[in-house]
Amino acid sequence: MIDLVIIGGGPAGMSAAISAYENGIRDILILERDDDLGGILRQCIHNGFGLHKLKEELTGPEYAHRYAKKVRELGINYKLNTMVLDITEDKKIIATNSEDGIFEIQAKAIILAMGCRERAKGALNIAGSRPAGVYSAGTAQKLVNIKGYMPGKEIVILGSGDIGLIMARRMTLEGATVKAVCELMPYSSGLARNIEQCLNDFNIPLRLSHTVVALHGKERLTGVTIARVDENKKPIKETYEFIPCDTLLLSCGLIPENELTKGMGIELSGVTNGSIVDQNRETTVSGVFACGNVLHVHDLVDYVSDEAEIAGKGAAEYIKSSQNKTVNIPITTDGKIRYTVPQSITENKDVTVYFRVNNVYKNVKINVYDNDKLVLSKKKIKVAPAEMETVKLSANLISNATNLKFVLEEEK
Amino acid sequence: MYDIAIIGAGVIGGMIARELSFYNLKACLLEKENDVATGATKANSAIVHAGFDAKEGTLKARLNVRGSKMMSKIAKDLGVKYINNGSLVVGFNEEDKKSLESLLARGNANEVEGLKLLNREEILELEPNIGKNVTCALYAPTGAIICPYDLAVSAIGNAMDNGTELKCNFEITEIINNGDYYTLKSKENEINARYVINCAGVYSDKIAKLAGDNSFNVHPRRGEYLLLDKECGEIISHTVFVTPSKMGKGILVSPTVDGNLLLGPTAIDGEDKADKDTSFEFFASIFGIAERSVSNIPTNKTITSFCGLRSVGDTGDFIINIPKSHFVNVAGIESPGLSASPAIAEYVVDLLEQDGLELEKKKNAITQRKSMHAFREATIEEKNQMIKENPAYGKIICRCEGVTEGEILDAIRTNPKATDLDGVKRRTRAQMGRCQGGFCSPYIIELLSKELNIPYEKITKNGGKSYVVTKETK
Repeated sequence: MIDLVIIGGGPAGMSAAISAYENGIRDILILERDDDLGGILRQCIHNGFGLHKLKEELTGPEYAHRYAKKVRELGINYKLNTMVLDITEDKKIIATNSEDGIFEIQAKAIILAMGCRERAKGALNIAGSRPAGVYSAGTAQKLVNIKGYMPGKEIVILGSGDIGLIMARRMTLEGATVKAVCELMPYSSGLARNIEQCLNDFNIPLRLSHTVVALHGKERLTGVTIARVDENKKPIKETYEFIPCDTLLLSCGLIPENELTKGMGIELSGVTNGSIVDQNRETTVSGVFACGNVLHVHDLVDYVSDEAEIAGKGAAEYIKSSQNKTVNIPITTDGKIRYTVPQSITENKDVTVYFRVNNVYKNVKINVYDNDKLVLSKKKIKVAPAEMETVKLSANLISNATNLKFVLEEEK
Repeated sequence: MYDIAIIGAGVIGGMIARELSFYNLKACLLEKENDVATGATKANSAIVHAGFDAKEGTLKARLNVRGSKMMSKIAKDLGVKYINNGSLVVGFNEEDKKSLESLLARGNANEVEGLKLLNREEILELEPNIGKNVTCALYAPTGAIICPYDLAVSAIGNAMDNGTELKCNFEITEIINNGDYYTLKSKENEINARYVINCAGVYSDKIAKLAGDNSFNVHPRRGEYLLLDKECGEIISHTVFVTPSKMGKGILVSPTVDGNLLLGPTAIDGEDKADKDTSFEFFASIFGIAERSVSNIPTNKTITSFCGLRSVGDTGDFIINIPKSHFVNVAGIESPGLSASPAIAEYVVDLLEQDGLELEKKKNAITQRKSMHAFREATIEEKNQMIKENPAYGKIICRCEGVTEGEILDAIRTNPKATDLDGVKRRTRAQMGRCQGGFCSPYIIELLSKELNIPYEKITKNGGKSYVVTKETK
């Protein structure tokens, strides 16, 4: 029996482990499938990490190193090259690696920190051939930054997610030509700073409301057909345009990797594709917590670390049986606000609620209602789907609430 | 000098090669692509048909029913995944019901066992998710599903264990009839063989013409498919066909042996034998069509789409004949070719014997092969023993499908050896899951590079110029 097992040694897993340690738990084990701690940050060699959390600008590997160093200094146990195959509802973990074979661990509490995967080409229904040269942006990033190989020379990128934008710059710096970044939506799904620093600074065209409709080439990709889409996201035939290229990178969304979570019978949100959690990031299975991109996709690792600290503390309290669940207040949204994390509150304490909106809005109010009563209102000059927003709810507000709803109100 | 040269390393060429490898013959299998099982074999409905579709008295009917009966044992011998899940041909009105009645009569004439007409209530007992407007169905308990490229790879591996040689990247450009033997030439190579068997799929008419036989033509019929996430595999358990038309069996909905859900195929006659493009029309229409047969198919769980080319001969039946001495055509093998493949192999061996080939059984012929899924299917205790002996089995490379480094190395080291990314995929399922190789392909490139001792830049997706990286970074 181990007090706390953390699935995943990326930024969420490491931060959760440190937080649990700092809250009094010593018997901790991190299971990581790669050959080192750090997760996806290991291949994110660009800078911009840590501005909020550490008040300095780091590269991905540097940010990861800070946490990995702390994990080692605190003597927190971890197993590398270890893949978790299954977790049962009663918190038995089945995992495999080359040294131990297939083994079982019984945990008192579990923190899920498996991260996310990229949406693959198959899910995008792109017509045409199936040549070599089509990669998700993260796979290309791994090839370039970890393995040291270029996936191609003439690049088109579909999707303006942050990894796609970062890779547009990275490929350009490596001597490739990025011919266009196509984005299905009328706005980018990447951070504003990445549009500036990765596209505009290199004169890479961003084609909003455009998509790739077909691939060409029998062996290696020889080009793509792109098209403008109408308001229903349907490609307009008259706008078909052939762009010769040998590589298509896809940055079309991230999907939390919740196969293990589903196997445990944890309830997932249809919006985030992650677990439904309370303010401690505890899932619908008692003693199982989730944080980071497996819970909902973040744009900044800084927020991942914050969230993982909450989960680590929550797990520590669970293990010490010092949780104080006194209320059960659901949080719902109006649709313009797509989702909140947490989705419910079970304790009277200050809670920061994270949320995302479904479109770009200017000069709006984020209103929080308790049943029909407005209990909080926050003005925002601009909100966008790419940027996660927060609202702080005080313990006082929560103690009087029974049913919270987040509503985005546009200026009349 | 070979006794036998088989042109085409698909499931037909492979099954024939295996059958012939049980005899004292020097045989080779010639394939124009970089790997085996890359034509229609890798892109079809993966069904072992019961045998009620083909017209009584045809080769198609006879070999289908016979092949279907042989399949489960062969699958077992070769360690190929095969599930006898049964099939339903569903109808929506009285006219369909009449068609199903004639299918039943045809099936009975073809001696298909256990056929039965079901009403809606009976269908619902078998398949709660059957389409809302389905009123009747023909139930075939002997229908089954199989992995077709698994079957081809394993059959060829078995043949190679018995000494058959495989030559990939051998595209025939010329066939010379020297009287008592043939010379088969590619751009760079040539071989001599006493007997030639033409299993060249959509190109079999071209090969026949090179040998001087102009008696038939083959055209490609495109069939597009969608493969859905394993989450959807349990929506149905039987293979669900619609009442057939003259263009084929229509769009089917079927679980696969690996637990995915398969929707397709379309049936579009074409000219271009290399055109395996999927079309906009397909994506726009497929779910609407599939929904008629099976309800509750999620539209956002597609993991890949692909297109296969059936080789449609112009005779209406399989074209299996000997147009010239010591030259055998096995052409026009469209559906139910996969189902019939064991029986086709048996039939071709008979034809060869009639054509004078002396057949003497090998004393120690190997008829079984270690399953490519041996590790996956082992118990935890067995797996731990295997990991102890070979730690590479403890390291998961493809997390979506749970494929270990040991299994990938096996695929690269075991005949017929995988030499490209798609080859590894077909043998192990690595890159075949929901992330489609996003995480594991860089590792597999590395394993291929190390094992084959070739640089990254020479690793391909599927041979030719399908390179996966262009050069090192600065």
